[in-house]
Amino acid sequence: MSEANVVLHNPDQAGTTRERDLIARVQRGQNELFYELVRPYERRVYAAALAILRNQTDAEDVAQEAVLKAFANIRQFRAEARFSTWLIQITVNEALMRRRRERVVVMEGIDDRRDEESDYAPRDFADWREVPSEALERKEVRQKLADALASLDRKYREVFVMRDMEQLNIQETAEALGISVASVKTRLLRARLMLRDLLAGGWERGWFSRQPFEKGNKPW
Amino acid sequence: MVNRETVNCERVWHEISNYLEGELDPGLRLAMDEHFLTCKRCSSVLEGTRNVVRIYGDERMMELPAGFGGRLEKRLAQNLRVSSRRWSTWSAWLVPVAALALFAGGLRFANSVTVAPALKSEHAQPAHGIPPDLEVVVTDDAKVFHAAGCGFIHNKDRERTLTAQEAMRQGYVPCLRCMRKYLDTQVAGQNALESEFHADLDADTDEGDAHASGH
Repeated sequence: MSEANVVLHNPDQAGTTRERDLIARVQRGQNELFYELVRPYERRVYAAALAILRNQTDAEDVAQEAVLKAFANIRQFRAEARFSTWLIQITVNEALMRRRRERVVVMEGIDDRRDEESDYAPRDFADWREVPSEALERKEVRQKLADALASLDRKYREVFVMRDMEQLNIQETAEALGISVASVKTRLLRARLMLRDLLAGGWERGWFSRQPFEKGNKPW
Repeated sequence: MVNRETVNCERVWHEISNYLEGELDPGLRLAMDEHFLTCKRCSSVLEGTRNVVRIYGDERMMELPAGFGGRLEKRLAQNLRVSSRRWSTWSAWLVPVAALALFAGGLRFANSVTVAPALKSEHAQPAHGIPPDLEVVVTDDAKVFHAAGCGFIHNKDRERTLTAQEAMRQGYVPCLRCMRKYLDTQVAGQNALESEFHADLDADTDEGDAHASGH
């Protein structure tokens, strides 16, 4: 495996022994175990719904609906699939249906009408060093990252969230969102480069440094 | 042999996402690797993009609203209770109807079934094909074992979990509702009929409608 792949994604395996056991027991009727089965994925379910709906209340409601739907259909789940992927795809379907049903048309910026096939050139060439993991412990850092993500047009944000946060593969992302593999790749490239540009300035301003207000980074 | 390509910065930016996905052919990948060694701007773009993928892929980026898990668990539990009540409503009259339907044809066999003496209920019929290691729930003062969550468990505060094999060894009999798939339909139906027949005579029918009963 290439270094890039190692760095990029480490998808969970097609179900641990414990997960497979839980699925089998729920399928045999031990319904009370279902929450234990979905608990490890509740963040991902919520994040998928939020990426599509952009509203916390709707996202939580859709996340719950998706879990109930997964429970109702658990007997149709086949062991060769990844449970997490199956659950996320149900969530995406629920969220897309909710958006259509409620005509939740989020007013997107002018970028949404821009030709997605056109090349995107990076704008900022500041040097990055690896972001220390502890930086994500800080709420203000997570907020900056969330704001940057929220500023992307919907079509880029959705693909980015499915691929890079939900860890669906390219094909699964295309199927979940109902778009082509080529579109997923194009939008993913744009999303990653745009986020990089948005965050490069933050790197220079010390958002991710171990001590947020080191010399030169004072907020006043 | 890998065909070496030549790439410029624009080509590198166009392919950088595929590069991170590991989806490039070896020639292009090699050319990009060499380009990164000499082009500071492109290597900055690569590192930044890789950082973006790494930090957003961290689970801490997916913050849940406070109390999310509790609300989800509660809604699931409510859904389970509603499903159970629906089944209860249906089964409350499906069982007697099934019993009556079988009554006419089955009465002549009524006395032909014997009861295993070890069973806790004199009206019970053991089930077939229950996985021995299936976890079931019993209470000491009852005669029936159930799947966890069955709506017909009495005295839930005193329930205990054991395997189906152990429950049967102790003489418990399967619940007609939640263990239905393991019961011989014909015998169960016939025996349910018998249970009805004996109900007036037998005082210990607290769980009588949930038994696979027999004679």
